[in-house]
Amino acid sequence: MTSELDIFVGNTTLIDEDVYRLWLDGYSVNDAVALRVRSGILEQTGATAGVLQSDTMDHYRTFHMLERLLHAPPKLLHQLIFQIPPSRQALLIERYYTFDEAFVREVLGKKLSKGTKKDLDDISTKTGITLKSCRRQFDNFKRVFKVVEEMRGSLVDNIQQHFLLSDRLARDYAAIVFFANNRFETGKKKLQYLSFGDFAFCAELMIQNWTLGAVGEAPTDPDSQMDDMDVDLDKEFLQDLKELKVLVADKDLLDLHKSLVCTVLRGKLSVFSEMETNFKNLSRGLVNVAAKLTHNKDVRDLFVDLVEKFVEPCRSDHWPLSDVRLFLTQYSVSVHSLDGFRHQVLWDRYMGTLRGCLLRLYHD
Amino acid sequence: MPGKLKVKIVAGRHLPVMDRASDLTDAFVEVKFGNTTFKTDVYLKSLNPQWNSEWFKFEVDDEDLQDEPLQITVLDHDTYSANDAIGKVYIDIDPLLYSEAATVISGWFPIYDTIHGIRGEINVVVKVDLFNDLNRFRQSSCGVKFFCTTSIPKCYRAVVIHGFVEELVVNEDPEYQWIDRIRTPRASNEARQRLISLMSGELQRKIGLKVLEMRGNAVVGYLQCFDLEGESGLVVRAIGTACTLDKLSSPAAFLPACNSPSKEMKESPLVHPPSHGCRSTHNSPIHTATGSRLTQNFSVSVPTLIYTGTGSGSAGKEGGPLKALLRQQTQSALEQRGGSPHRFCRRREFPFLTLTAFPPGLLVHVGGVVSARSVKLLDRIHNPDEPETRDAWWAEIRQEIKSHAKALGCHAVVGYSESTSICEEVCILSASGTAAVLNPRFLQEGTVEGSLEQRIEENLPVGCGFCHIPYDELNMPFPAHLTYCYNCRKQKVPDVLFTTIDLPTDAVVVGKGCLIQARLCRLKKKAQAEANATAISNLLPFMEYEVHTQLMNKLKLKGMNALFGLRIQITVGENMLMGLASATGVYLAALPTPGGIQIAGKTPNDGSYEQHISHMQKKINDTIAKNKELYEINPPEVSEEIIGSPIPEPRQRSRLLRSQSESSDEVTELDLSHGKKDAFVLEIDDADAMEDVHSLLTDVPPPSGFYSCNTEIMPGINNWTSEIQMFTSVRVVRLSSLNLTNQALNKNFNGLCENLLKSLYFKLRSMTPCCLCHVNFTVSLPEDELIQVTVTAVAITFDKNQALQTTKAHAEKSLQRASADNEEMLQFPLELCSDSLPSHAFPAAKEHLESASSNSGTPAAQRATSVDYSSFADRCSSWIELIKLKAQTIRRGSIKTTVTVEKASPMGDGNFRNRSAPPCASSTVGVVKMTPLSFIPGAKITKYLGIINMFFIRETTSLREEGGVSGFLHAFIAEVFAMVRAHVAALGGNAVVSYIMKQCVFMENPSKNQAQCLINVSGDAVVFVRESDLEVMSAQQPAVNCQPSCTGEVTT
Repeated sequence: MTSELDIFVGNTTLIDEDVYRLWLDGYSVNDAVALRVRSGILEQTGATAGVLQSDTMDHYRTFHMLERLLHAPPKLLHQLIFQIPPSRQALLIERYYTFDEAFVREVLGKKLSKGTKKDLDDISTKTGITLKSCRRQFDNFKRVFKVVEEMRGSLVDNIQQHFLLSDRLARDYAAIVFFANNRFETGKKKLQYLSFGDFAFCAELMIQNWTLGAVGEAPTDPDSQMDDMDVDLDKEFLQDLKELKVLVADKDLLDLHKSLVCTVLRGKLSVFSEMETNFKNLSRGLVNVAAKLTHNKDVRDLFVDLVEKFVEPCRSDHWPLSDVRLFLTQYSVSVHSLDGFRHQVLWDRYMGTLRGCLLRLYHD
Repeated sequence: MPGKLKVKIVAGRHLPVMDRASDLTDAFVEVKFGNTTFKTDVYLKSLNPQWNSEWFKFEVDDEDLQDEPLQITVLDHDTYSANDAIGKVYIDIDPLLYSEAATVISGWFPIYDTIHGIRGEINVVVKVDLFNDLNRFRQSSCGVKFFCTTSIPKCYRAVVIHGFVEELVVNEDPEYQWIDRIRTPRASNEARQRLISLMSGELQRKIGLKVLEMRGNAVVGYLQCFDLEGESGLVVRAIGTACTLDKLSSPAAFLPACNSPSKEMKESPLVHPPSHGCRSTHNSPIHTATGSRLTQNFSVSVPTLIYTGTGSGSAGKEGGPLKALLRQQTQSALEQRGGSPHRFCRRREFPFLTLTAFPPGLLVHVGGVVSARSVKLLDRIHNPDEPETRDAWWAEIRQEIKSHAKALGCHAVVGYSESTSICEEVCILSASGTAAVLNPRFLQEGTVEGSLEQRIEENLPVGCGFCHIPYDELNMPFPAHLTYCYNCRKQKVPDVLFTTIDLPTDAVVVGKGCLIQARLCRLKKKAQAEANATAISNLLPFMEYEVHTQLMNKLKLKGMNALFGLRIQITVGENMLMGLASATGVYLAALPTPGGIQIAGKTPNDGSYEQHISHMQKKINDTIAKNKELYEINPPEVSEEIIGSPIPEPRQRSRLLRSQSESSDEVTELDLSHGKKDAFVLEIDDADAMEDVHSLLTDVPPPSGFYSCNTEIMPGINNWTSEIQMFTSVRVVRLSSLNLTNQALNKNFNGLCENLLKSLYFKLRSMTPCCLCHVNFTVSLPEDELIQVTVTAVAITFDKNQALQTTKAHAEKSLQRASADNEEMLQFPLELCSDSLPSHAFPAAKEHLESASSNSGTPAAQRATSVDYSSFADRCSSWIELIKLKAQTIRRGSIKTTVTVEKASPMGDGNFRNRSAPPCASSTVGVVKMTPLSFIPGAKITKYLGIINMFFIRETTSLREEGGVSGFLHAFIAEVFAMVRAHVAALGGNAVVSYIMKQCVFMENPSKNQAQCLINVSGDAVVFVRESDLEVMSAQQPAVNCQPSCTGEVTT
């Protein structure tokens, strides 16, 4: 006696959170059943393996049917086929778009193209995440990217409106989209110590301050359609950053800057002497990063540069984080006292963000 | 009464992409009614078209209004080739034809295509203006209300119950017409859907006419079925109970809602019989119908098998004479009765009620189950306008039922239903019901046959009256054990009682009930036509007998003594017959304690064999003991003591009976020990019997926290919460080997049903403690080796803590039962539903001083929890609301900043909680509850919006791509639910009650990658209001009626 057909349909769609997780994690029905058996559910409920198999199949089928709707979450809210309570709808969407830290670190900043998709095999092997789950996560990134890429307005809001994600998850997606669009390099060995959270933090700061949308509600030139508001960096701003070069090119200015910083920080830093010796190097590093951002290639290497030019030198001298914070604050503020320097606003826009990023990037 | 039908097409959404090049669709809509068609403009390049059409107006006869469905077709405009159909919506406008139901149909309907399923939604508004026209010769029956509910609907009272109405219409099945060879599957499916829709409209209209003739205004317990007879045609038939109903004026404010249908009736003072003194009984002889009754019935109905025209095998030819004969019979019967007017003859002919629950006082005695089956050979229906053959067949069976009822001393049959099972050209017609004696005060004169002797009896016993035998104990058709009623000690009762009705609300039950099923397969040789029919009719009596024995054994094994809601289904297949009986077993306090089951071996003197038997016996005894504990059946000692004290006379009597039991050899006494003759003896003399015993013991009880029954409510549980989950589960298994034996088959079938139940318990485990109510199993044999089982039921959670209290209350009640006086009569129903009663809602008129003290604690506590639950149900996380707001903003086209949204969210949240009264107000898609029960726990039905009766066909030629047979059917059933919900929401309702899936015919052809499924569902669309909200409403404005809530219910 073999079961040809075996279904269960409720007026309210039954969602089993545990099975949903297994499905999202890309397990086959048989694997999922095995995992459920291992969880001891048979003992708890007195069910048989056959019952569990049938139940798992049912849930998988439901999820499979729901997947189409999850690709455009507002559809899930308006569709009539599955009656699902709002809290469950929220759970379905949120979980579907939740991604694995290990996975996102692999694709962050990569072009969300077919080419990358082909690498998912390797990522799956490397991270231990099933290929199916990798595909779902990758497709989610790509889908969100496609939808909001061309859109004006706040990136986070756009994502939240079109995918009905929680604020937290929408911010993460904003970071992913931002990174994918600007193709920031995150995969280098020296960047491995950084978590997705670190990058997401930086992305948020950059979106807030360095994109066209950051300038204000009304773009300077209302006719210009070439730049998206939140996704692309403000080209003009990047161009202007060249002006900062004077801070290191002009020797007097550099010395003055150094002395201003040293005067204030003397006795306040545990690594004062190291700071004093390294000041010019560090300053040169930071200013040069700014000056190079006109080239796309250098934009991509932003994080590599920051780590190389600033994080690593400081770390090798064992700067405590509090000292880094004090230094960066003073380093930024002191520029205001440089009379010969005219780009105070530009400097603040650059350094304000960079300071935040660096503090976040500075850890082991 | 001609009318004007007005239709407006507003918009579409989520349409499929029809133009691959642009990924868009150029959609327009055709609106068709009768032969008139209107079209909207083409809305270019959009998946969310906004047509906002003018009002399309159809001027039509009301006859057409009743018969025809409104047909809305969404198409994709194509300049160069034919327009492609996206899908259709059929809207039954019947609910708009009577004043008390819906006034407008407005909402989003899924666009359905028989090949692709649901493809987007369309927003439609439909209105009807009726002109008054008193034409005496009218063919329409506008205004007659239809209810699927098999009890008097809430918010109505029955003025008169007129009786049985039936009708059938036949037609050729479009699937079998010659044209089907050249048209597309889609066209064929649509022709079929449309035809059935037309036929059910016509049927309903015709039944309505009969009701009007009887001077009724409603049909309750309306059951419509399709017989897909294949080559020989399509039969749509319906039965129901004609009533005159009166709307209760202010249900919301003054009537406390109740959990069960008929309880409510108690509160309506008009229906409640004021005196206990007046009662009519049947004094003349008769007897019960349990055991042998069924088989005996059968022996009567078997000869009804007609082999027609020797050699030719056509039923049609003989149908004529037979019909004539029947007419003659009826005619003569009528003459005997003194030639009553013609229009009354039908009622007189069959005093049947399709009701399963009754207004208090209506049901006087219950005789037992009566059933009849007949095997027929199908033949092409030659003239669809004269469906005489089918009419005659059913008339014959009904006659049979009627005479069975008579034999049981009953003049009426209640809980009546009819069904068919068709395989190739053989058809088994079945009818069953419960023979009963009814109180004629509720029935119009003439319904009850005149031979009834009426007498006035003092002190109508409460809660046991219906158990008392309506027949003469000296003149029983077969032996049965009678005892004096354990409740009142005055009347005789049978030892076991089988019925097809719901447990009467005033019945005194000990412990809880449980679902009892008998399952049986019998192999049959493949044969053609008459030989096949003979083979089947030869097998049927054995099946009936075995099913019955199984039921009896299982009942005893559970330690119970009565079955309610009994439904025996016999299904015929190519090479086997299947029998499935489901019922809810209970322990009626009025009936004697059931004896045990004793096992006897045929070969004595064999030591090991004896040992084996005694081992089995022990196992059975253990099981009985365990079941008694599980279902909290502990009656005898308690009842003895209780009955003992207050009334001296019955006490003496009971003592007397007790003392006699030791010595007397009369059959009237029951003994608890298994050694006595009343114990059920199973002789295991062959493998078959062994199998039986084993199968008895393999039934596993549901896991803890679960109960199940196939009646409306579970006896012994009455503290339901508002959490319900209706579901349908379908399983098809393929039997592996070709040389199957009966035993193997039985084992497979048993396993299938048991596993299905186990799966349900597992799936619904998060709802415990809960009860599966109205569990409805349907078996069909779609192909040679395939068995299909379909289950529809509703899981309802209940509150465990309250359960304790009510059992306490129950105990108190049984203590009070001793003083059987007027007050108790009032008190009992009140207690039963006290869980749902807000204390201040008790009608002040009812003085129940005594009960007040015992009850006061309970309602308060229960109210608290019920409030808690409803708020729990409406609770949402705040951010999903925010998301919804945002989603709406998107739809409006503006993508404005977070700031405004965030500001809006707390307010929206607040609004939410306040507005939680209409459950659908919160979401763009309103929640529609579905339940096979006639009520919604914790809620009050304020309005009936009309009957939902829908028929869908779904076909696929890409079965694998749609996830195989399971994926295909899963999606289809989900779509059917969605379409039912959408129609209910469009009528302004928020629930379907008495929902039933009457047919689920599934056919597959995996090698061709094809499958087809037909589903027919029905139910009553209603508006309900949560009791907690009702309290608030009635507190604020005492004179509130259902109007405000209904308008609030209309969804987008």
